[in-house]
Amino acid sequence: MNEMTDNSTVGYMTDDGRQIGGTMMEMKNITLRFGGVVAIEDISFDIREGEIRAIIGPNGAGKSSMLNVISGFYHPQEGEVWFHGEKRPTMRPYKVAQQGIARTFQNIALFKGMSTLDNIMTGRMTQMKSSLLSQAIWFGKAAKEEAEHRQKVEEIIDFLEIQAIRKTPVGRLPYGMQKRVELGRALAAEPKLLLLDEPMAGMNVEEKEDMSRFILDVNDEFGTTIALIEHDMGVVMDISDRVVVMDYGKKIGDGTPAEVLANQDVIDAYLGVSHD
Amino acid sequence: MLYREAGDYKTTYAKDNQTFPIKFDRVAYYVLLFVAFCVVPFFINDYWANAVLVPFLIYVIATLGLNILIGYCGQLSLGTGGFMAVGAYSSYKLMTSFPDVSIIIHILIAGVITAAVGMLFGLPSLRIKGFYLAVATLAAQFFLVWLFNRVPWFYNYSASGQISAPERTVFGINVTGPNVDAWAQYMVCLVFVVACAWLARNLTRGNLGRSWMAIRDMDIAAEIIGVNPLKAKLTAFGVSSFFIGIAGALLFTVYLGAVEVGEVFGISKSFLVLFMVIIGGLGSIFGSFAGAAFMVLMPVLLKNVLVGGMGWPTDVAAHFQFVIVGGLIVVFLIMEPHGLAQLWRVAKEKLRLWPFPH
Ligand SMILES: Nc1ncnc2c1ncn2[C@@H]1O[C@H](COP(=O)(O)OP(=O)(O)OP(=O)(O)O)[C@@H](O)[C@H]1O
Ligand SMILES: [Mg+2]
Repeated sequence: MNEMTDNSTVGYMTDDGRQIGGTMMEMKNITLRFGGVVAIEDISFDIREGEIRAIIGPNGAGKSSMLNVISGFYHPQEGEVWFHGEKRPTMRPYKVAQQGIARTFQNIALFKGMSTLDNIMTGRMTQMKSSLLSQAIWFGKAAKEEAEHRQKVEEIIDFLEIQAIRKTPVGRLPYGMQKRVELGRALAAEPKLLLLDEPMAGMNVEEKEDMSRFILDVNDEFGTTIALIEHDMGVVMDISDRVVVMDYGKKIGDGTPAEVLANQDVIDAYLGVSHD
Repeated sequence: MLYREAGDYKTTYAKDNQTFPIKFDRVAYYVLLFVAFCVVPFFINDYWANAVLVPFLIYVIATLGLNILIGYCGQLSLGTGGFMAVGAYSSYKLMTSFPDVSIIIHILIAGVITAAVGMLFGLPSLRIKGFYLAVATLAAQFFLVWLFNRVPWFYNYSASGQISAPERTVFGINVTGPNVDAWAQYMVCLVFVVACAWLARNLTRGNLGRSWMAIRDMDIAAEIIGVNPLKAKLTAFGVSSFFIGIAGALLFTVYLGAVEVGEVFGISKSFLVLFMVIIGGLGSIFGSFAGAAFMVLMPVLLKNVLVGGMGWPTDVAAHFQFVIVGGLIVVFLIMEPHGLAQLWRVAKEKLRLWPFPH
C-alpha cells in the first residue's frame, strides 16, 4: 500500500489498484458500558469510501457491540459517530438503515416464517414508498412498485446464485445458505455501507471461498463500502484493506493487515499473554 | 392429473405473485364466487342464514382482522370483543344521528372509528409484547364493555340499556330491522367479506405485509433493516381493528338487530375469534375462512348429531362442545400452529404429486 496521507478527503490507492476515497464514517472516542461491563472503551477509527475494513479481536472484545453502535442499536455513553462529514444525532436503527447502512448478524436473524424471496424483498423496505391505501387496492402504484423492486431482488438472487431456493421458507435452508440469504437481504437495501458480523463463521473452506468472492464482488461491482468482523485471519489478510484490532473493549491496533500482524500488542492478545 | 402447475409458466413477476398461481385454484375460486353471489341467494332460507351463513360471513371478517394482528404481525390481542363493540356502538350512534346517510357508509365509518380506537389501545405494543400485551388488550376489552354499559349516551339513554338497529334499506331493500329477508342479510355480509378478504390479501402481499411479518419473526432485526416498528405495529392494529369494527357493526345491525354489550361483546367473543384464528391458521387468509367456518359449523353439527340424532340433553351437548374445542385448540397449537390452512396446503401438495408420491 502507498503511504496514507493525513488528509482524510484524499484517500489512498490499494495494492490491487482500487482507489479508496475519503472518510465515510468516523467513530470518535466511543465508550459503551453495560452496567459495570465496559464493552467498548474510548475507541476511535474511520471507515473510508470504497474500502473493506475488518474488525478483529478475541471473543468478547466488543466487536459486535461496535457494529451495534454503528447500526444505532446500542447508544454509546460517550463519543461521537460521524457519517458523511456530519455528526450523527442519537438515532433509531430504522433511521440509520434509511441513511444507507445495512448489515448481517452474527447469529443469523432471518425472518423464519418467510421465503427467501420475501426476506430479500423485505430488505428493500427503505426504498419502497407506496402508501397503505395504494397497497390496499393494489392497482397502479403499489403493484407497479412491487414488480420493479422484484426485478432488483431477482438481480441479487442471480448474483448470489440462489435461484433454486427462491420460494423456500428460510427456516428449511442449510446454515451456509441462510448466511447467503441474509447477505442478499442486506444487499437489497443497496447500502452505501455494509456491515457484516462474522459472515463466514461456521462455514467450510468452500463456502468461505464463495462468501469471500461475493464480498469482493459487492465491493468491486457496486462500490459498496464494507466493514466486517471476521475471526479467520487468512480471510482477513486476503480481502481487507485495513484492520482494526480490539481486545477487552480497547483498540490495540489499526492499519493494513501486514502492519497489524507485525504489531506486538496484537500478537500478545492473540497468543493470550496475560493482561496485567 | 388435473391439479398441476407444470406447463403453467409465469412470464412476469406480477403473474408469479398473483393470488392463485395455479389455474385450477383460480377456476375454483371463480366458481365459488359465482355460486356465492348467484346461486345461494335464491336457495337461502332463514335457518341457514341465521344459524350458519350470516354468522360465518361476519366472523370471517373479524377473523381476518385478528389474523392480521396476531398471525401476520405477531401482536397478541384479547380485545376483539371490545373492538367489535366499538364497531357496533359507532354504527348505532351514526345510524341514529344521521338517519339519511346510507348504512353502508355508517358501517365503513364504524370501521374507521374502531381502527382509531384499536391504534390507541395498540400503543402499549411499542413497549411490551407477548403475555404483557395480551393483558393490556384484556384491559381494553373490559374497559370498553364497561364504557358502553355505563355511559348512557352510547345507548341513547334507552331504558333497557340495549341498543337496537333501526330499519334501513340499501337500494330500497331492507337490510336491518325486523322485516329483513335472509338473502338480503346474506348479500350485505357477503359483499363486505369479499371486499375485506381482497383488502387483506393486498395488504399482506406487499411491503406493509412484509413489515408486519418481519416484526412478527424478529422485531430487532426488522428495525435494523429499516422497518419502523411504530408504523408497522400501529398499522397492524389499525387495519385489524378496522375489520373487527366492521364485523361488530354487521353483527349488530344486520344479524342480531339488538344488542346488550356484556352479553354479545364479552370476553368470550374475544376468545371465540382467537380460536377461529388458531384453528384456521395463523397468518393465512384462507385459514380465516376455514377457522370461522369450523367454529360456526361445529356447534350446529354437534347439536344436530348429539341432540337430534342421539337424544342427548342440550346442556350436555353444549358442554361436550367446549371439550371438543378445547381439545382441538391444544392439538392445533402443539401439532399444527398453521391450522386448517396448513392441512389444506399439505393435502394439495400431495394431490399435486399424485399418483406418484415422489
Ligand atoms: N446487551 C448486552 N448486555 C450486557 N452485556 C453485553 C451486551 N452486549 C454485549 N455485552 C458484553 O459486551 C462485551 C463485548 O461483547 P461483544 O458481543 O461485542 O463481543 P464480540 O467481540 O463480538 O465477541 P464474539 O467474538 O464472541 O462475537 C462482552 O463482555 C459482552 O458480554
Ligand atoms: Mg460478536
